[in-house]
Amino acid sequence: MTYIAKPKLHHPHLTCNAIGFTRRDYEGKISTLCAGCGHDSISAAIIHACWELSIEPHRIAKLSGIGCSSKTPDYFLGQSHGFNTVHGRMPSVLTGANLANRKLFYLGVSGDGDSASIGIGQLVHAIRRGVRMVYIVENNGVYGLTKGQFSATADQGSVSKKGARNTDVPLDLVGLAMHLGASFVARSFSGDKHQLIPLIKAAIAHKGTAFIDVVSPCVTFNNHAGSTKSYEYVREHNDAVNPFDYIAPRAPITVDYAPGEVVDVQMHDGSLLRLRKLDTNYDPSDRAAAISYVHTQQLRGEIVTGLLYVDADSHDLHQHLNTVAVPLNTLTAKDLSPGKATLDKINAALR
Amino acid sequence: MKMLTATNDFVVKFATINGSGSASANDMFAKAVMRMGVPASPRNIFPSNIQGLPTWYEVRVTQDGWLGRRGGVDMMVAMNPQTWEADINEIESGGYLLYDSTRTLPKSKFRDDVNAIGVPLTAICNDIWHDPRQRQLFKNIMYVGALSALLDIDLGAIESLLGEQYKNKEKLLEANKQALHLGRDYVIENLAHPIGLRVCKTDRVGDRIFVDGNSATALGCLYGGATVCSWYPITPSTSVVEAFQSYCKKYRVDPATGANKFAVVQAEDELASIGIAVGAGWNGTRAFTATSGPGISLMTEFIGLAYFAEVPVTIINVQRGGPSTGMPTRTQQSDLIACAYASHGDTKHVLLFPEDPHECFEFAAQALDLAERLQAPIFVMSDLDIGMNPRLCAPFVWDDAREYDRGKVMTAAELEAGKDFGRYKDIDGDGIPYRTYPGTHPSRGAYFTRGSSRDLYARYSERGPDYIYNMQRLLQKFEYAKKLVPPPILRAAAQKTRHGAIYFGSTSPAMDEAIIALERDGLHVDTVRVRAFPFADTVAEFIAAHERVFVVEQNRDGQLRTMLINEFDIDPARLVSIVHYEGTPITARFITGAIKQQLGAASVHEAPKAADMQSSCALDSAIHRMHRDAPTRVSKGHSP
Repeated sequence: MTYIAKPKLHHPHLTCNAIGFTRRDYEGKISTLCAGCGHDSISAAIIHACWELSIEPHRIAKLSGIGCSSKTPDYFLGQSHGFNTVHGRMPSVLTGANLANRKLFYLGVSGDGDSASIGIGQLVHAIRRGVRMVYIVENNGVYGLTKGQFSATADQGSVSKKGARNTDVPLDLVGLAMHLGASFVARSFSGDKHQLIPLIKAAIAHKGTAFIDVVSPCVTFNNHAGSTKSYEYVREHNDAVNPFDYIAPRAPITVDYAPGEVVDVQMHDGSLLRLRKLDTNYDPSDRAAAISYVHTQQLRGEIVTGLLYVDADSHDLHQHLNTVAVPLNTLTAKDLSPGKATLDKINAALR
Repeated sequence: MKMLTATNDFVVKFATINGSGSASANDMFAKAVMRMGVPASPRNIFPSNIQGLPTWYEVRVTQDGWLGRRGGVDMMVAMNPQTWEADINEIESGGYLLYDSTRTLPKSKFRDDVNAIGVPLTAICNDIWHDPRQRQLFKNIMYVGALSALLDIDLGAIESLLGEQYKNKEKLLEANKQALHLGRDYVIENLAHPIGLRVCKTDRVGDRIFVDGNSATALGCLYGGATVCSWYPITPSTSVVEAFQSYCKKYRVDPATGANKFAVVQAEDELASIGIAVGAGWNGTRAFTATSGPGISLMTEFIGLAYFAEVPVTIINVQRGGPSTGMPTRTQQSDLIACAYASHGDTKHVLLFPEDPHECFEFAAQALDLAERLQAPIFVMSDLDIGMNPRLCAPFVWDDAREYDRGKVMTAAELEAGKDFGRYKDIDGDGIPYRTYPGTHPSRGAYFTRGSSRDLYARYSERGPDYIYNMQRLLQKFEYAKKLVPPPILRAAAQKTRHGAIYFGSTSPAMDEAIIALERDGLHVDTVRVRAFPFADTVAEFIAAHERVFVVEQNRDGQLRTMLINEFDIDPARLVSIVHYEGTPITARFITGAIKQQLGAASVHEAPKAADMQSSCALDSAIHRMHRDAPTRVSKGHSP
């Protein structure tokens, strides 16, 4: 049950991060998901990424829609405010929250049912607006809480646990995000924390919409032969384009690579993304090429993972709206009401 | 032939074509009348169309200040051949018809009992201007010129209005003045003038302002401190947000940095508009959305979430007729039930019913306070009649000492001091718990917001007792809201009576006038104007104190009546429904007729029977209490 908090006791020698927190300070309640669920690995990666980034947990707001994935924000960052909204509508609530206080980090967690079906409109328009957020889709191709229906990301021809074959064309969320102008688009696999953790860290540092599609097998309803979202299938077909390191601002760069092996992307906050190129032709700053590569590989049955596209000079909704630097939720009557004298003038002009 | 004669008390209707530029000329006509100190009440009757379909503009000139629609037309300015026949038929016998006589029309096109006044507008216009658009536009101002001579309107008033409108646009100003004089001069040189209908200078306008409800609502949101506005365009609410944006650009830009102290997002649909407003409210800003009926339908799931998760949000509903394409440009008060009980599960929401732009301003600002105090969705139930028509009303008032009521928000200092924080725990009996804004304190005060499955400390729970605690507390909160919302306004008739009437919102001006008209005929009716839901207990006392109570409203099903029966558990037979829902604003004539029909004139002004004395006394005490509790301004459109 989700109201069971984890015991507070922990090993006395747990490592502290730069602001004195241990990894445990970033945890939440005990997960109620099935044992082995990919989503729990994603929660663990979020915890690890936030701990490594030394973000104060309460400076993050976590929002979700409805579904297995959307329950997970209760299982990490217990000191953060969270909002389990309505099905498919997390993006709008997050947008409003972000407008109210631009000083917090916003983490939106959703699933493939939540984002690719009922909420696809909100996903699309939040990306178009450039809301600064990390948007994680925990993508398992199946509806878990209602027991095993196909979702809109299930591949055509894949087979359900009960033996039904999916005839609908799948939605490609990363392709969609790139088309819509998301300025940070990645795909990962819940079973690959070495790839996922730096991606989440980079996404948090990114100023704009950072979209991460994480293939996250459903052990109960979609981990059998014939599924294209099973642990086995994804491991066999994973085409990781660019394993990379996230290097925090002013942190010493300790790993060296031969020239030509890496691409550096300088983020607006001074952090650095150092990408090791596996495919020498892959350029994550070329959106059109990225879209084409992901699509071509998909036709070959390969799942491209890694940082697919990033625009380090991105803008966010607050810049588009030219809002003041202080959070709107700190403004008072003195800042907001034009006052009686002005109202008298307005009255006079209406006579 | 009979010729209607009336000074400062008649109705002129302009029949024109949408997109022909007539609106500003018509507006100028109404304003010129008011500049002469004579109250006027204009109404747009327009189609869902940008160009080409018929549109009307009706101006009631009313020395007594009756701002409702009167019904009937004393003078028709018939500029639309498409609707000529219907327009002509609408004129009162002995009334006047102003038409473009450039082309000779057969006698059969006219009525024997209507005074036709032909002015060759097109011919005069075409002689002077050659550009087709100019020919079209200046014809409008020409008929205003003609009317100024026919109705004896002060030329100076119109000229000064033109001067204000075309400030710094010398060329346009001169051309408009020329057109005005061309129309006027033709009448002076060729026709008998003035006619029987006349405007005569007086001082009945006072310090009132002339403004539309949507602009007033926007201004209320501006003064009330809304910083986030999310919306999706929908008639008749669109101009709320457009006005809010333009006021913000004027009054909410930081002069030092040029940055905006507001954020307006045009969302992809109403689901997103309410979602954004809910997210912003959750995170501690004052947020609102403006919409109309179809938008409310789409927002309904979110409204329920905001109710259960207890998130402040203000929803401006400018009501219109019907669903879907319905009658988007016609007024109604038909979303009461949809809003009052919006969403799944057991829900009840606070509604405010402004009667005019003055209250639109006041209630919009108050809604933002109430939303944060009650941590709930608050609806401002305007409608097209108030929202999109300029109306004379009391000037806007703001006290610079006024602070926003941010409600129960636990601060970092309180959390640090160890104050117990239970997000859904009532600690002082009003049903309202404390909340925290995200990011307040490093280790205390965070919680995970959900719908209804939670305990006092916002932990997940599906336990029955936890659910019941919450549901009862929400009811308690709704009960507490009665103390905060605008109280109803009671008005006792000149004589004791067993009959009462309840009404709200835009029905007000017609009701004010109807009551006086009934009184003249010896029919006495006490009234109560409901200004909010939940209803005050005095409304129940009012009903109890009368034998029959008419509930006058602008929808088919008597929605206010249904809510009164539902909330007070009243015998439906006591409440008589009087409804008007054909899309045009309700008129005093309609109300008077309906009440007269219901009463059958005989039974009304007989002295109260002994058995009734008690209820009359109860009424007296209810009225006494109301007058004591109510704000001093009892809003009326007319002079005492």
